[in-house]
This record gives sequence, C-alpha cells and structure tokens, in this order.
Amino acid sequence: MSAEVVWVWVGAFLTLCILSFLYRDNPFYRFGEHLFVGVSNGYFVAFMFHRVIRPVMLEPFWGAVQTAGESGLSWELFNPIAPQNFLLIIPGLVGCLYFTRFIPGTQWMVRIPIGIFMGYYTGLSVPAYFEGTVFPQMRGTLVTQSDFSAAAGSSSIDGIWALVVLLGVLGTLSYFFFSREHKGIWKVGAKTGIVFVMVGFGASFGFTVMARVSLAIGRFLFLLRDWLGVIS
Amino acid sequence: MKSKLPLALLILMGIFGITSRFIPHPGAEALNAYLRDTLLRIISAFALILGLGNLILRHWSKIKKKEENYGSSYVLLISLTVTAIIGLFGGTSGEGILPTRIGEFSFDVNTLYDKVMIPLGATMFSLLAFYMASAAYRSFRAKNTLAFLLLASAFIVMLGQVPLGQALWSELPSVSHWIMTVPNTAAKRGIDLGITLGVTATLLKILAGIERSWLGGGS
Repeated sequence: MSAEVVWVWVGAFLTLCILSFLYRDNPFYRFGEHLFVGVSNGYFVAFMFHRVIRPVMLEPFWGAVQTAGESGLSWELFNPIAPQNFLLIIPGLVGCLYFTRFIPGTQWMVRIPIGIFMGYYTGLSVPAYFEGTVFPQMRGTLVTQSDFSAAAGSSSIDGIWALVVLLGVLGTLSYFFFSREHKGIWKVGAKTGIVFVMVGFGASFGFTVMARVSLAIGRFLFLLRDWLGVIS
Repeated sequence: MKSKLPLALLILMGIFGITSRFIPHPGAEALNAYLRDTLLRIISAFALILGLGNLILRHWSKIKKKEENYGSSYVLLISLTVTAIIGLFGGTSGEGILPTRIGEFSFDVNTLYDKVMIPLGATMFSLLAFYMASAAYRSFRAKNTLAFLLLASAFIVMLGQVPLGQALWSELPSVSHWIMTVPNTAAKRGIDLGITLGVTATLLKILAGIERSWLGGGS
C-alpha cells in the first residue's frame, strides 16, 4: 500500500467524521473537531518557531554569543539593528511578560506586551485604513466624465451604473447614520439605502452559500473519485 | 504604575506607528523596520504560546475533572503534542533531527497540513452550506418588498453561478454579475466606509487614552 493510498484513507475517514455531524453531534465528529484544533495549533507552534523564534531571535542571539566568545565583547554586539546582537533578548523578555498572567500578584505586567503590540499596530492602522479603504473606496465611488466616455473604454450604460453605485453608497451611509432622525431628505436617503442593503445582503448570502457548496462538492469529489474511484 | 506604564508604552508605540508613514528618513525607517520585523514579531510569537497555554490548561482541567466528553480533550492534547514535536524537531519539510519518513511514507508537518488539516477544515466549512440552506429554507419568507429583494437577489446570484441557471435563462449569469458589481458594490462600499470610519475613531480613542477597556479590570 503506497503512502498516497494511506493518506487518502486518512482523509476519507476524517471527512466522514466531520460529515457525520449532519446526523447529530457524535464521538466521531468530536474526534475530528478536536484533532483539527490540536493539529492546527501544533502546526502553528512549529511554524512560529521555524519562521520567527529561531531565525529572528535565537540564531542572531546565539551568533552574538559565539562572536563574543571568539573576539570578545564589542559595542556592535549591542546595536539593536545589527544582524547579531545581545539586545534581541529584550523582545524575548517582554514576550515572557505574557506569562505573568499565571503568577499571582504580577498579572498586571501582561499589559506591557499588550500595550506595546496594540499601540504600534493601532498607530500603524490609522493612516493605513485611510490609504487602504477610505480613499480608494471614495475614489471608486466618484462619478467622472470618463465613466461615460468611449475613449476611456466606458459606455453611457457604465456611466449610469456608476451613478447608481453613487446613489447606493450615499443611501447606505444615510441608512446607517443614526446621529440624526430619519426625516425629510434623510428618510429618502435611508429608504433608498435599505433597498441596496437588502439586495447586497442577499447577494452576499448567495455568494457565500455557493462558496460553501463548492467546498462540499470538492469533498464529495474527493470521496467519490480519490477514495472510492466511482467517478473518473 | 500598573495602568499608567502600559498606557504610556501604548501611546509611545502608537506615535511610532503613525509617524512611520510620514517620516521618510532612513533612521526612522530602520527603527520602524526593527520594531515591526523583530520586536513585535517576537512578542506576537509569545502571545501564541500564551494562547496555547490557555488551551492546554483548559483541556487538562477538563480531563482532571472528568467533565462531559473529556475523552476528546485527550485527542486534542495528544495531536497537539505530536504535531508540535514533529514540527519542532523534524523541521517543516523533514529537514530536522527527527526522522519524519518511513520508507515512502512521509509525515512531516507540511504533509500533516495537506493531508489532515485541509480535509478537516474544508469539510467543516462545507458543513455550513447545509446549515445555511436549511436556515434559509426555514426563515426566508417574502413577507414584504425588502424581504423579497433579499430573497430574489440571493436566488439570482446562486442560480447565476451554476449551469442550471444558464439553461433556464441565458442572461441569468449577466444579471447575477450585475447584482454583484452594482447594488452589492454600493451596499458593501457604504458599509465598509462606515465600519472603517468607526474603527478609526475607536483606534484614535485608544491612542488618546480615552478607551481603556484593553487594560482589563483591576488597578
């Protein structure tokens, strides 16, 4: 029996374990579910060690220890940007503060790595959100002459759809704007917006169902073709 | 001290984060590269270990107390330990000190990812197709115009992606495409803009020290 055949049988057994949940919760499903969590976490431990801890912290730190052993201590070994330096131990120590959560009386120290991590990415995210979402989405919503121009590769119908998108975006925004009562022009905007929102939710639902159906087809194809060989 | 030091560090790091985009000086760029690629990467790796610790403790206590279905916790802990050992000592593709091949049969972590995690994950997500279809059958009722719009757009998008839809009406895929690119884009764009502005406001509140729920309870 070749290795591929063994893995096909393993895959088929695990697929059937998970599909058995369609009948009801049972030990086979729980086995598959817990195996998934266990293997995923084990995989990410290995991934983090081989991609982060070892190349970014342990190897450069060990390199600094070896260099210090061969040619003595130098200021270069304390330069945080140098490829091999002793200061790499600092992020390691800061990371270890996460474990103070388990030591009574020192639990507050877990806030230090959280604060450092959250602070940097919070700061980084503010301009990134504007550059990555707000500005491009606003740019995409703007209706310009080129939307109607044949020279720019568009037709008059494209321009009309661009106007519909603009109307829909304004309507959706006014529907979710709760700082003012939906009266007068706001009411018209909100009424238009909810139409777009319902069509959008329906489309998203349909698209998500089809994506999941596609996954289900993939699994049944695996069972019928790769495992049972019923179809070619 | 217990709250002010973490808050001060958050604000300081937040300033580094925001200014990183606006200071094109090589020194500032080197500092930010160090923060992003070294310091924060190492800290995030330790956060994973903390999460793992919580998971292990939770299932260990379930086994000790012999809670309902505690047998599954054995499966989780054993599979986690075995995969972690194979990954740590066997390398990602079998290049480590632990042998991960018996004859033709290879069981390194990349193989486990392909042959165990992918089938389990794909089947688990595919289960949702059955539950979504069943929930839709029970709850989708065209009680009013808006509910009809939701129902109709869902059906058109679903039918527009399969050969049956094209067989029923050759223009159905084009209508489905139009729904996805015009009304759906408009609604998604409005919602995205609202969410992004809301998230940005919350981020600024965190950076200004107004929003402090991340500090948790206690002093």
